[in-house]
Amino acid sequence: MPAESELLPRKRCEEILLAAQTAAFRHGVEDVEVYFHASSESLTRFANNAIHQNVSERSVVASIRAVAGQRTARASTNRLTREGVQAAVDEAVALARASEPLPDLPEMLGPVEAARVERWDEATAHCAPVERARRVAEAVGIAQAAGLTAAGIFATEETVEAILNSRGLAQYHCETMATFSMTAMGADSSGWAKSSATAAGHLNTAQLAERAVRKARLSAKPKRIDPGAYTVILEPSAVLDLVGQMFPDFSLTAIEDQRSFLKDREWDRLFAPEITIYDDAGFPLQSGAPFDGEGLPRRALTLVRSGCVVELPCSRQMALKKGLDPTGHGFPLPNEQGEAPVNIVIAGGKTCLNEMIASTAHGILLTRVWYVRETDPYEKTLTGMTRDGTFLIRDGEIACGVRNLRFNESLIRMLRSVELLSPSVRASGEEAFDMVAPAMKVRDFPFTEVTEY
Amino acid sequence: MRDLAAKALEAATRRGVGYADVRVEEAWERHVSTKNGRPGHVGSYTSEGAGIRVLVDGCWGFAATDDLSTKGIDRAAALAIEIARAGQLARKSDVRLVPEPAHVAVWCSDCRVDPFSIPVEQNLALLLRVDAELRRVRGVTMAEASMAFVRRRQVFVNSEGSRIEQTRTTSGAGYTAYAYRDGGLQKRSYPNSFGGQHQLKGYELIEELNLEGNAGRVAEEAVALLSADPCPEGEFDLILDSSQLGLQIHESIGHPIELDRVLGAEANYAGMSFLTLDQLGRLQYGSEIVNVVCDARVEHGPGLGTFTFDDEGVAAQRTEIIRDGRFVGYMTSRETAAAVGAARSNGTMRAENWARLPLIRMTNVSLLPGRQTLEEVFGGVDHAIYMETNRSWSIDDKRYQFQFGCEIAWEIRNGRRVRMLRDPVYSGISTAFWNRCEAIAGAEHWTLWGVPNCGKGQPEQVMGTGHGASPARFRKIRTGAADAG
Repeated sequence: MPAESELLPRKRCEEILLAAQTAAFRHGVEDVEVYFHASSESLTRFANNAIHQNVSERSVVASIRAVAGQRTARASTNRLTREGVQAAVDEAVALARASEPLPDLPEMLGPVEAARVERWDEATAHCAPVERARRVAEAVGIAQAAGLTAAGIFATEETVEAILNSRGLAQYHCETMATFSMTAMGADSSGWAKSSATAAGHLNTAQLAERAVRKARLSAKPKRIDPGAYTVILEPSAVLDLVGQMFPDFSLTAIEDQRSFLKDREWDRLFAPEITIYDDAGFPLQSGAPFDGEGLPRRALTLVRSGCVVELPCSRQMALKKGLDPTGHGFPLPNEQGEAPVNIVIAGGKTCLNEMIASTAHGILLTRVWYVRETDPYEKTLTGMTRDGTFLIRDGEIACGVRNLRFNESLIRMLRSVELLSPSVRASGEEAFDMVAPAMKVRDFPFTEVTEY
Repeated sequence: MRDLAAKALEAATRRGVGYADVRVEEAWERHVSTKNGRPGHVGSYTSEGAGIRVLVDGCWGFAATDDLSTKGIDRAAALAIEIARAGQLARKSDVRLVPEPAHVAVWCSDCRVDPFSIPVEQNLALLLRVDAELRRVRGVTMAEASMAFVRRRQVFVNSEGSRIEQTRTTSGAGYTAYAYRDGGLQKRSYPNSFGGQHQLKGYELIEELNLEGNAGRVAEEAVALLSADPCPEGEFDLILDSSQLGLQIHESIGHPIELDRVLGAEANYAGMSFLTLDQLGRLQYGSEIVNVVCDARVEHGPGLGTFTFDDEGVAAQRTEIIRDGRFVGYMTSRETAAAVGAARSNGTMRAENWARLPLIRMTNVSLLPGRQTLEEVFGGVDHAIYMETNRSWSIDDKRYQFQFGCEIAWEIRNGRRVRMLRDPVYSGISTAFWNRCEAIAGAEHWTLWGVPNCGKGQPEQVMGTGHGASPARFRKIRTGAADAG
């Protein structure tokens, strides 16, 4: 029996759909869709070696879409009484009727085979405050034993995503997620580690704390190095936060809008032959629902094979326009973006991180990147900073920590300059969504400025 | 809502807490957008819920719920206390709050034209007219336009006797023209990038913005940028328009003065601050003409950071941050004020909504107008670069080294624009930058900008902040064109 969350059971979704349908019929509207998002998230946050913010939040939202001819609009609410649902339907219908028609609006999806992945852990869904606090206390103890100051989070959450409509569509997915992140700080250095997993029991928070501590200690007394082009080794979180900036452009809608960096070169060999990227919602280390914003099951795609773009996501709306098959990557209608891949798996290689370091005569190891922003949308040039564990490599060994640096680099050029890949792992950052990514060794990565610490 | 808030407070206090406060909130939102002549997103959003914050044995606990039944509220209160008690496992010292008198008040922000009374057909018609104006210009390849309206009604009560009701209505609108040709992609936005201009006003803001009147110019500039020269690399006198200066203030003054950040509370995510406590009253943050305040009061203007009480019941205040260039103030809370010897919080605790814990956030952090005319700002040097409208923004995690990019620039010679420049970026160190401020235009050129999307906290919260600024000039700033190094 597939997992179900007490937060929003299937039966409750069906009741709300029925209430929405009843309300819609009173307006003479037959097509109605309800997109549900429910979450119960708890997060224990610590700083200066103590828990300082400790929170829990519960919410259940129904987003109701009404269709009137070729017009559609959406009203969302967390007031899920009969009256609340009625009011949301009234609003959705009024907005739809007031809107302009969309000539390529697809019909609402009918029943499709239910997509299934199992990402539920009972213990994580019911993780108690004292259990989170205990893990945090252990991590803080590791930092304190090393004479360092710790800051971070331990979070557990359960979420439900469901889409039901008046044509018999009924998709339901619930999952759990645990996340741990820690920054260890010394007098003039810091180290960071972060990981997430669908089961809290799979997160070795002590090991992550030790990793952050090790990086903080190793990067003490950081040296100042000159800006310039360096061989860099990007740990998986750094790869994720950089490469993650390009995926909104992997979209037929974005290409048609002429705002994608793939425009006029979508089938060129853009990257090094080592680069192969998939979008696969069913991959074991992935997370999220196996269906898109319209309820269509997500199809696995090979986005890039050996450096060439091979397949692109296509929403139902774009599929209708272009005579293509939709791929299950659309966003809830109505929207402007169309579609995008959200379950990224970057194929890895065979060289582990230590081997990458050993192979490098002169380079820089980056733990993570920060405040990454696009400066040139067509060359996909990004600027950002290093942070929390940046090291000089000399003669195959970590020589010392270095002061943080600013980079300005084109993602296209970076992915053409890849020399080595590690095996891929589930990685978590702060600038892009979680994905499966390897560490990368990249030549000629340009740093343009140094900061003061 | 008042009864709900009272019930929630009672559910917490009867369980024995050192302090408790409750925020019950109702929110209504409408978002309308268009792209290339068609509706994009057309939707509304309503939300209600309660957030209960407690202090138990010196530790904080917070629980929020949208289950507003008696059982749901009771469960949330019990959970908040359980969470606070769990905090004992990793505790250093008791949280202590500086005093704040109890307040009983009701306030509603000014709203001449209720935006929710405007039919959505009218919203769409205006956006589509703007869209048509943008795409009338040959070379424009995509046009996006949007409007957003939010009303939040909140009841705040605490165990010290405060009962505060506030209703805030904000409106915002803007558009962007994109031009793509032969591997170049440029854009121009009005009245500001990333969603436009937002203020604590009703629909009258939309009428004031003159959206249609600026569309032609903006579209022509987007296309012209494709042929423009890249911004030269080097050190130049730099003039920033008031919207970009608002962003500059936000990133290089507003964030570093958050006292919780200085004290390490954000170390794992948003970062820390170069403004260590020893700098207060000593650091020359900017040149002597630089004066910055943090002002949440209605008198400052209809900013996204305007209210009458913050989200822990402290009255809105004006705090000097930089006086004649010297650093003189942080943004504080009841928990942090004592760290700088203050007897009272200066009222900057804000939560995104009922579901989130209040944190120290910018209210309206503004550069006070200067004394120069616009002619003096532009004409005071032989050669300068003038930049308008933010395109990218990046700063290190102590808020020190930054690089910002704008949509468009012009080379200025003897006070006049001589050529358009594309892909302009500039960089520097926050204090060095502000110490090079040589001229600030007067009050007649001062605009209170709204930044609707400031992120901070874990779980992350998005907050609207206000920043007033007039155009200003800075001496010898490193500039260049956005390019891989």
